[in-house]
Amino acid sequence: MIRTIQAKEITEHIKEMCIEANHFLTQDMEGALKNAVSKEKSPVGKKILGQLADNLRIAGEEMIPICQDTGMAVVFFEMGQEVHVDGGSVEEAIHEGVRQGYQEGYLRKSVVGDPLIRENTRDNTPAVIHYSIVPGDQIRITLAPKGFGSENMSRIFMLKPADGVEGVKNAILTAVADAGPNACPPMVVGVGIGGTFEKAALLAKQALTREAGSHSGISHIKELEEELLERINGLGIGPGGLGGTTTALAVNINTYATHIAGLPVAVNICCHVNRHAVRTI
Amino acid sequence: MDRHIQTPITEELAQELHAGDYVYLSGSIYVARDAAHKRMMEALDAGQELPIEIENATIYYMGPSPAREGRPIGSAGPTTASRMDKYAPRLLDLGQRAMIGKGKRTKEVLDAIVRNKGVYFAAVGGAGALLSKCIHKSTLICYEDLGAEAILQLEVEDFPVVVVADCAGNNLYETAILEYRSESLL
Repeated sequence: MIRTIQAKEITEHIKEMCIEANHFLTQDMEGALKNAVSKEKSPVGKKILGQLADNLRIAGEEMIPICQDTGMAVVFFEMGQEVHVDGGSVEEAIHEGVRQGYQEGYLRKSVVGDPLIRENTRDNTPAVIHYSIVPGDQIRITLAPKGFGSENMSRIFMLKPADGVEGVKNAILTAVADAGPNACPPMVVGVGIGGTFEKAALLAKQALTREAGSHSGISHIKELEEELLERINGLGIGPGGLGGTTTALAVNINTYATHIAGLPVAVNICCHVNRHAVRTI
Repeated sequence: MDRHIQTPITEELAQELHAGDYVYLSGSIYVARDAAHKRMMEALDAGQELPIEIENATIYYMGPSPAREGRPIGSAGPTTASRMDKYAPRLLDLGQRAMIGKGKRTKEVLDAIVRNKGVYFAAVGGAGALLSKCIHKSTLICYEDLGAEAILQLEVEDFPVVVVADCAGNNLYETAILEYRSESLL
């Protein structure tokens, strides 16, 4: 049975999600920040984590975006194969939602149309959209406004199979150490291992939308997540990069099959404002 | 050490500031980021005057979100300062005193801070809602067509920053992390 969904419904959801994600963190992220305050050993680190908690409260109460960089809108659009969209193009419906959300929500327009000419598009479009076709008759949308302070510190490493798990660990630690204060720590570290060049990057981005504190279902990857979180917090970078024991709130690793000749590792870093909203239509 | 200081920051005042000091700034500061800096460089290259009073100026690297009705500004936290590294030494040599941003700076910028008795402050990245509460007035100075990247003048009160790089050559980002670094884990 084919289910029909109107394109304007998609637009409305995207609009609301842009506004929601930029003013309210998901509970898992808010919880992770709160837990960090009690664990942080540095007094300066504690003070900064306290300011971040105040910032979240003010953002929600007064409807001021959590961060002025309200990001480029990244959309994961999972479309059930039994869904038919009526009343316009899906792609345009998504862009229109971003357009309306960024305008009506007083969000910053941070997108330039041509990367070299750099003229602002003035409505934060286009979004970056990743489609997938899934079973069922629903659409699941994940919207993640991505700030570029941390995006700029993200890296991809095309390792050799001989580099093995030690090579992977070193790559992740190197990316985080280099990011340091630039990426607005405490960070969430999204990692993609395997696939091809672009698949690894996509896995890393998707890993950022995983619930903070959740772990990979693969036991050796879960262990890797735990070990890396501990080691990253041993780097000393701390909240705001001003020294401390809370450099990352979570390390989320997603994996995929890869080629006999390769070991791609992508590290997508997100600041403590790891925003996303998820809805199912 | 906690200090409350009033802008403009003079050479004498800058010399009293040390990496690690907590400073609450009050008074006027300018706002400029990537595109505005590029334009200022183009103005200087063309032999034109800068659109701001550069002597003892404090420039906040920031691009705010739009203000809701009745408010001076939207979310207003610092952006990554390293993108201004290419431009900062020239402005410091012309008299700019202070920079507010977040993140590491190049050796060229740190040298220019020492040479000109300047200071680099960090504000808390990602705390744009909180920081906006310390801003009481925002005035457009120029480059309106740049949108969120236009040059603004802000009136701030007790705006919280930390001295990261001082004119004696100290760099808090390098020293602070050593204290909490756990070699056994690395």
